[in-house]
Formats: sequence, C-alpha cells, structure tokens
Amino acid sequence: MHLPVKPTSSTSPNDYVAEHVRSIPRSGIRDFFEIVQSMDGVISLGIGEPDFVTPWHIREAAIYALERGKTGYTSNLGLLRLREAISEYVATNYRITYDAATEVLVTVGVSEALDLALRAVLNPGDEVLYHEPCYVSYSPSITLAHGHAVAISTNEADEFKLRPSALRAAITPRSKVLLLNFPCNPTGTVLTAAEVKEIAAICCEHNLLVITDEIYSELSYGEPHTSIASLPGMRERTIFLHGFSKAFAMTGFRIGYACAPAPLIDAMMRIHQYGILCAPIVSQEAALEALRHGRNDMLDMREQYRLRRNFLVDAFRKMGLPCFEPQGAFYLFAGIKPTGKSSHDFAFGLLKQEQVAVVPGTAFGPSGEGYVRCSYATGMDQLEIAAQRIKRFIG
Amino acid sequence: MNEALLSLLEENALATPETLAAQLKTTPDEIKKQIKQLEKDRVILAYKAIVDDERAKRTHVKAVIEVRITPEREGGFDRLAHRIAQYREVHSCFLMSGGFDLLVFIEGETLQEVAGFISEKLSTLPGVLSTATHFNLKTYKQQGVLRHKVETEERLPVSP
Repeated sequence: MHLPVKPTSSTSPNDYVAEHVRSIPRSGIRDFFEIVQSMDGVISLGIGEPDFVTPWHIREAAIYALERGKTGYTSNLGLLRLREAISEYVATNYRITYDAATEVLVTVGVSEALDLALRAVLNPGDEVLYHEPCYVSYSPSITLAHGHAVAISTNEADEFKLRPSALRAAITPRSKVLLLNFPCNPTGTVLTAAEVKEIAAICCEHNLLVITDEIYSELSYGEPHTSIASLPGMRERTIFLHGFSKAFAMTGFRIGYACAPAPLIDAMMRIHQYGILCAPIVSQEAALEALRHGRNDMLDMREQYRLRRNFLVDAFRKMGLPCFEPQGAFYLFAGIKPTGKSSHDFAFGLLKQEQVAVVPGTAFGPSGEGYVRCSYATGMDQLEIAAQRIKRFIG
Repeated sequence: MNEALLSLLEENALATPETLAAQLKTTPDEIKKQIKQLEKDRVILAYKAIVDDERAKRTHVKAVIEVRITPEREGGFDRLAHRIAQYREVHSCFLMSGGFDLLVFIEGETLQEVAGFISEKLSTLPGVLSTATHFNLKTYKQQGVLRHKVETEERLPVSP
C-alpha cells in the first residue's frame, strides 16, 4: 500500500476522498433510481419498503410525544422503556433473553446497527463472510469498517440458501464474522430450524461471530422463523439486529436495534455515542407504541404480502419464468434467463418499453445475474397491471 | 378458504376469479364455484360501490335515528325491527345494547322527506316508544374507507 499523497493546490477535490471510500462503487440501485425518477407513469416493483403507511396509532403516538414536548436527547442506548419492550419482544418471539439495561442498543435503523457491529468487531483485514445475492450495503459496510468482504454465492437450485459446505469452503484462518440475513433481501429465502442449526454448528466449531440481520423475520410465510441467536452456544457469539421498518411499516422513523452480550453492546455503544448520540426520541416513542399495540397491524400486513406473493409467483410461472416461491420478506427474485437477456438489459428494457421498474439482480452482487428483484410491497391493482406489462414485454 | 375469499372480496369485490385464484392458490373455476355458493347461501348479500357523496355532488340527507321500541311477546324485537328495516328510506338497521334499542340509518332526497318519514311512518308504528334523530354533517370515513387518501407521493420509486 502506498502512502496517500497530501493534496496540493493543483489536485482535484476527489483527491481528498479516502482511498477505501474511493474504492466503493455507487449502489446499482442508485443509478437505476435516477432513471426511474425521470420517467412518468412507472409502476415500481423496485421498492424495498412497505407500501403501507405506518399504522395510525403509531403515528399518533409520535404526534403525542411531540405534544408532550418530547424533543430532547435520550440515553445513548435508547429509552429504557423501549429497551425493556424490545427485550420482552425478543424473548417472546425469538426465545432469546437480553438484559434491557446492558444488552440492547437502539440505533438509527438496522443500517446503523450493522455499521456499528462491524466497526466494533473488525480489525483491518479481518474477513467477513456473507451470502450473496444480498442487501446492497453489506459489502461496502464491511469495506468501510476496514474488513475484507468474502461473498459466498448461493443459487436458485438451492433456493439461495446458505449451505454448510459452501460456508466451510469459504472459511480461512482470517475469517472472523459471518453475516446472515434470513429472510433474505433480495431473494425472500428463509432457513429452516434444521438448516440454521447446521450453520450454527460451523460457527461454533470455527469460533465465528455471527451478525444476524433479521429485519424481515416477522414476514415469514411458512415455518416459524428461527433466530440463530436462540440456538445453544450461539447467544454469546451473536449480534442480533432487528428493527421496525419492515414489520411495522416504519422505514422513515429510522429505528433499529442490536441485542448482544454486554461487552459487544458496550463496544457498539461507544461508537454510537460519539457518532450519533442517540436515535430520535419521537421515533423511539413511536417504536414503543408499535411493540405495545402493533401486533395486529403487523399480522394484517403479513397476510396481504402473502397473498400478493402468491399472485406474483403465479403470474411469473404463467409467463414461462419459473421462480421459486419465497418464504419470507416481500421480494420475488425472478429468474429471467429464459428470455436470453441479462438482468441489466431486462430491467432497463422493461422500464423503457413498459414502464415497470424492477431491480437488476446484479445490484445485489454478481450471483444475482439472470434475476430481477420484484418487490410485492405494492398494491394488488398495481401488481396486476405490472404483471400484464411484464408478460407483454416478454412476448 | 371461504374466510380468505370473503376477506379478499370485502376488500375488492371486483377482483377477478383469476387474481383471486392466484392469491389463494386455487383455480378460477373453483373460485367461481365458491362465490356462487356464497351468493346462494346469502353469505354474500350484495356488491355495492362506496361513493363519496360530496365529490358526486349529491345533496341528499342522511340521518341516524336511535329508536326505543317495546319488545313483543314471542317475537322480541325482531318483528318490529323487520317492519322498520323494510322501508325504502332505511339503509341499515341494527339492534343495539344500551339506552335505546334500534339504530336506524336513513337517507332521503330532502330534509322534509326524512322528517316526514320519521314523524309519519317511524314514530307512528305501534311499539315505537321514542326516536332521537341525528343528521350527518360530514363524512370522514365510511365502511372502512377514508375520504382523504393519506398522501404517500414522496415514496421513492426504487430503494434498496
């Protein structure tokens, strides 16, 4: 590695940008977004957020918080009431017990929690293993934390599951962290309890720390979700990440959280404390309301997603594009290989010809080639029109 | 499956058998058969549009009437409630717990028409003890549908 040259008066502003930041590509979604935004009449299946507005009682709780003058900082860790509610929620739904005082940290979305977790545990050059196709921020977040991102490709024949053999093959002496995201964005893949158990055994054997992003876990349509943190021997080596964006349709509130043994939470909190201070208090109050009274809303939304998934899977299969039925999240990762087009050409062609936006699978890593991500967090009326247009596009 | 089908139809009665079949993982023919049966069994009573009268520029009058009635030997409230429900002006009619017995929703072209119905028809029915009428002034939500959509136009078209 050569030493960075201090810019002189003749250098461009770009020279001031740190090298490891320069190496990070822009999100493929971002480029696509800009084109979509310039067009009219587009039906978008490109959105990674619920189409539902946050349930009214949650919005009302936020308004009420403002009325009562709740406009200050909170504890760095987050409101204790909220942490207690999170601790109870995680114990009830995931069967993992965390101490609200020392083992729960409220963050600005799961994105921040992930960043904190990586920065808290990685020494430069440590390897982080993650399954791919995956959420767009994993690899860059690892790089920004000076870690080395190691993608493990998954494939459709395996329903994009992370298999023990593939995990084993990727492990080296420098492997420190395994990053999991099931149910998975973009594939909608879930792991069964037995499959999670196999992964957990390998993590124990190789002393890997697991960072598990379970933001979509409420949106599981088949077998109940199993968190890897709940398995024997895993609690002490797992950072459990979750949030409110997907299950409670609260993306704009930006509230996530991390649960982990106290030393890990403490390490993350120190970064959070200096970088962020605390998550916004109004959002924390809204999140508390979601945990207390939001269950029925969540179940209603999940049922809607499930029905839409059924519709969309059926529509693609009838078009001659066989796709596996996702068991979680709200994405269909549709194979488009029979069309002979690349993901990029398919997505851009579809957008141009039929004004339907889907995200090229390659935005989620090279193993997403041959696929497009279709979000069914879109109303049935829109999905029906989108399906007709896609059918016409394929011809 | 009936319950799932009913929920979907309650949400949108115009959903096609093809769409419903895809959502419920069955065939359009099976959906058609089930809907026929539900209609025949009078589980599904009717399909109607929910109209915003203000936007449709309708000026007719709507009112809710609390009616106290005398229950009859053997028939209880039913016979009289049925008599009331059959009037064309009566839109809905429910037996209620609390300080009155029937809650009657009525509609008429003019105030006079509604007033006439109450004073001449409803109040004079044998067994009707009293009425208390409340006129609708404005509608914010009807049958689960908000009059004003919550604006979500700023939603990004593509996001990770």
